[in-house]
Amino acid sequence: MDFGGLHRLFTDFLPAGWEWIAFAVAGFLLSFAVINVMIGLTAVYTWFERRALGRFQTRLGPNRWGPFGLFQPLADVLKLITKEDVIPAVADKIAFTLAPIVLLVPGFLVVAVLPVGAESFLGELNVGILFVIGVTGVSTLAIFMGAWGSRNKYAMFGALRAVAMLISYEVPMALALTGVVITAGSLALLDIVTEQAVPFALVQPLGFIIFVTAALAEMNRTPFDLVEGESELAGGYITEFSGMKFGIFQLAEFMAPIVMSALATVLFLAGTKGWAPVPGLVWFALKAFLVLFFLLWVRATWPRLRIDQVMAFAWKGLLPLALLNMFMVALQVQLLQDPTTGELTSGDLWRMAAFNWPLAIGSIVVAANVLGQRRISRRPAAPSPLANMTAEGD
Amino acid sequence: MYGFGMAKGMAVTMKNLLVPGRMFTVHQYPSRRIGPLGLAKRSGVNVVSFTIRNPVQVLKAIAGMVSVEDSDPRHPRFRGEEFTWYEERCTGCASCAKYCPLGIIRIVTDPNGQAVQEGQNYGIEVFDMDIGRCMFCGLCVEACPYDALHMGSGFEESTYRRSELVIDVERLKSAPKRPSTWFRPQLEQKGYNPQTGVELGWREVGRHEQPTLAEQQDRWSKR
Repeated sequence: MDFGGLHRLFTDFLPAGWEWIAFAVAGFLLSFAVINVMIGLTAVYTWFERRALGRFQTRLGPNRWGPFGLFQPLADVLKLITKEDVIPAVADKIAFTLAPIVLLVPGFLVVAVLPVGAESFLGELNVGILFVIGVTGVSTLAIFMGAWGSRNKYAMFGALRAVAMLISYEVPMALALTGVVITAGSLALLDIVTEQAVPFALVQPLGFIIFVTAALAEMNRTPFDLVEGESELAGGYITEFSGMKFGIFQLAEFMAPIVMSALATVLFLAGTKGWAPVPGLVWFALKAFLVLFFLLWVRATWPRLRIDQVMAFAWKGLLPLALLNMFMVALQVQLLQDPTTGELTSGDLWRMAAFNWPLAIGSIVVAANVLGQRRISRRPAAPSPLANMTAEGD
Repeated sequence: MYGFGMAKGMAVTMKNLLVPGRMFTVHQYPSRRIGPLGLAKRSGVNVVSFTIRNPVQVLKAIAGMVSVEDSDPRHPRFRGEEFTWYEERCTGCASCAKYCPLGIIRIVTDPNGQAVQEGQNYGIEVFDMDIGRCMFCGLCVEACPYDALHMGSGFEESTYRRSELVIDVERLKSAPKRPSTWFRPQLEQKGYNPQTGVELGWREVGRHEQPTLAEQQDRWSKR
């Protein structure tokens, strides 16, 4: 059920000049549905993540309340709601209070335009990708608002890292998506799904890898979770938050992987496409779950990077690879597409895949060796001024 | 190759997830979940007849909602946060109080007490041990010349008040006599294990065999 269908149900019964009621009701109902479904999914995902993370690390994870600890999210929410909501005396109260909400909303906005069925929830955007990139960037603003509002040095450190990471990783992410746009020939998410006779993850593996890496950085998850850095920054931008504000931050944080994996499914894994007897929504959920599981696997394995490593990785590693990917995809599309209609057949896409896989592996190996072989040159330590103090004295 | 270690790490965590033998390093305490197979095994019936007899229990077990008390088998020499004291062996010499590095044992004896027995021991009026400050070094046990004091093997002694942490003489008298074999490993040779719940009488806990009357008379006659 999409927005158009829903509001057309009402417009027939409404007198002329009152059609806006239909839009309002349909919009409200769909927003309500999207928000609640996403919060419910996130609650289940928090349980799943903690449970699976436990298994990855040879422990059990939450298992005390309900079968297999399934009611754990409920317990968490109850605990957070009943906790005192502390606002520091020196805080900028408006920014401090708004920050959790501003962080939460972009996730819903992205879900609203994702084509999870034949259409998306809230209408088709012909500039879908631009909207998605713009909206996901807002989350960093929320992090900065929270940190600035709470007037805490650790929070500020976290927020500055978040902004630096956003600036760095937005670039390779956008360049990776440019490859998708060039191949699909459209910015609309629905068109991108229909153009994927072969999933773009196979056609341009390099773009997919760059996208997933940049998405990891974008949502501040391990190994790029140095924004929170609980072991070094006391929680980063959430240091001063407590009660349900903290809860909303956590909600947004756990919703981000779901949204990002759904986005990766739409852009690179052919969205709802699949084989006939299974409905498209199930295919979509399955693919999104696979990406989600991969992100979880990464989180369970890799340690946190340092800020300089993160920056170097973005500018020296991902950016050249993303440029290479975009250039090669553009070249291939220019050579392979039908000169008059600009169409790409699935055979063309397979030919691109056959060229791009060796290119991806080779370029990653080269980039890894160029980046990795660099040794850190240290100057020899200057002699301590205290070293010959006894010799001079007396 | 650079970056190969990352893939290796991913393989390690995936193995943790998939290989059953690597799964748990956690021992569930005080209760652990039990599946239908374990339930049937505990009641000594095979699974099918157990399922027919109590299907609700089995369904709950499949859903992971049945848990059983689980006592982790501990070594007999495990020292807990309690003491076993044998009134019959104690002479009230207060060696334990003197040897205690923290000075947390307080003994008040009564020379005219009713507990005067064969060996002319004092009656014990007060025997306070403040286990809130005790470090369970066991020096009092080592100091006791008559093997009257032993480490116990119980734990979970936390209370809501510090004052409740002081073990008094009545509590020492009424506590179950299950000494840890930490200081008397010889007790294990008799087949004694404090974890099994069997109590040990005061005649059996000494480091030496108790001399019989004939042996005592023999010893005195040879002098």
